[in-house]
Amino acid sequence: MNLYWKYASIILRSQMQYKVSFIMSAVGQFLVSFTTFLGVYFMFSRFNSVKGFTFSEVLLCFAVILTSFSLAECFVRGFDAFSGIISNGEFDRIMVRPRNEILQVLASRIEFSRIGRLLQALVMFAYAIPASRVDWTFDKILTLIFMLAGGIIVFSGLFIIYASLCFFTIEGLEFMNIFTDGGREFGRYPFSVYGEGVLKFLTFVIPLALFQYYPFIYLIGKSDNTCYMFLPLVGMLFIIPCLIFWRIGVRHYQSTGS
Amino acid sequence: MIELKNINKTFKVAKRNAGLSEAVKALLRKEYSYIQALRDVSFTIKDGEMVGYIGPNGAGKSSTIKIMSGILTPDSGECSINGKTPWQERIAHVREIGVVFGQRSQLWWDVPVADSFELIKDIYKVDDTAFKRNLDELTELLDISEIIRTPARQLSLGQRMRCEIAASLLHSPKILFLDEPTIGLDAVSKIAVRKFIKTLNSERKTTVILTTHDMQDIEALTERILLIGKGKILLDGSLRELKKRNSSHKRLTVDFVGILAEAGKGMSFTENLDGHAEIVLDTEVISVSEAIAQISRQVEINDISVTGATAEEMVVSLYKEFEI
Repeated sequence: MNLYWKYASIILRSQMQYKVSFIMSAVGQFLVSFTTFLGVYFMFSRFNSVKGFTFSEVLLCFAVILTSFSLAECFVRGFDAFSGIISNGEFDRIMVRPRNEILQVLASRIEFSRIGRLLQALVMFAYAIPASRVDWTFDKILTLIFMLAGGIIVFSGLFIIYASLCFFTIEGLEFMNIFTDGGREFGRYPFSVYGEGVLKFLTFVIPLALFQYYPFIYLIGKSDNTCYMFLPLVGMLFIIPCLIFWRIGVRHYQSTGS
Repeated sequence: MIELKNINKTFKVAKRNAGLSEAVKALLRKEYSYIQALRDVSFTIKDGEMVGYIGPNGAGKSSTIKIMSGILTPDSGECSINGKTPWQERIAHVREIGVVFGQRSQLWWDVPVADSFELIKDIYKVDDTAFKRNLDELTELLDISEIIRTPARQLSLGQRMRCEIAASLLHSPKILFLDEPTIGLDAVSKIAVRKFIKTLNSERKTTVILTTHDMQDIEALTERILLIGKGKILLDGSLRELKKRNSSHKRLTVDFVGILAEAGKGMSFTENLDGHAEIVLDTEVISVSEAIAQISRQVEINDISVTGATAEEMVVSLYKEFEI
């Protein structure tokens, strides 16, 4: 972890060489997710609830998804540029350094401009927590923490799969964005609003619902099944097959000619 | 100690014909061809040796280096470097090696080189005293103390290459892999780099494996050469042996007054202009002194020099001999 901060500091120093670009993209990021926030807002100014969820409830749900996504993105988005890292041969360099490959990939592409998005998520959180009228008892707070942690891990897992696919195709596969960026966009609403089929898929295949829908309905009191509180922890297990897939990918690595 | 035994490596390469319609077709159904990059490659390199690894483009040089440095996993075969299999114990293995890819930088582009060095120190967990000692020594030997405060992107290629080499030696590796370290450098930088590598090998006893297309590198640095072509090791021997193989041919360059009309047995002109001639001798037919005697009987010699085949010529003749 110490090394990660060292990398972060060197990247920060590099990015500061291009100050204007840095500030512009942070502002840009903020504006982009602000528009999605407006989307939710305007929708609710017309319809007061979606499938039985009130505006402030949806806002809380969105805040959770956005925060965990942004945190995951802040640390793990290195994988997004992974196809570039492979095709320009940078991965060769990573492989000859005595540190974990995943850590190095992550650390080599830290995006400080994503702080814009993170900031926005925190603003939303600050607004949603009192507005959601949830009675913040200890178990509810714990649930919220589990949701965030689960979200970070599941999104990280998705980013790792996305990257591992590059070992086989060299190019990144855009369809994976359905689950990462798509997960964030659709995750504005509790997944049940998309119907039974989608919910099942997001429970058993890509466990996005495990840290969103189930603990969320427990949080807002729509269910009092305490098991739901711990489902995000089950969702975290998703990272294991992702890491195995990564290992297989590294073995399969072909490098590029020089 | 580096030991490779029967290493094989095949690459799967997607292929398609040029053109947009072909590109679309390839999206739907890809055709692959398999290229065998390495076939049964085996060799042993002892500690402290300096080995030149040569061969034409695409012969498998880089693949071998990548397998030895733990980047690639071979299809079959064994490789043991200081008792470790690179692709199985990658982290422990790479701690003991340094790798310079001539065409790729390992420095962080936008920050001063010294900052990159600091980060490399943390990556390799080099302790402070060893780091300082190494840094002082390397900056002095490579003459980079002036430039390590400059961002890497503003360095010339020669300056950058010296910094790259320093960067791969900060953790005092036992083995150094150099993949085309002198590519694109001017004469002065080339000589500086060579001199440094030589010192490193003789003083620190670092094992050096060097791939290059520059035969002067080989001539200046390595005793032993490995020739690879089409994925097979074709020759493993010393440069001297190789020279001996080719020593039956000598080149005579003569400046003279008069007319040099005929060449005797075993002599053939490659050039014969007014007062200047180049003659290739087959020393199995005619000795050098006999040839000179014959020439001096015909003309008045002003200047004469005898040279053996250059490393460049020897390698070209080797490539021809093995048809690679």
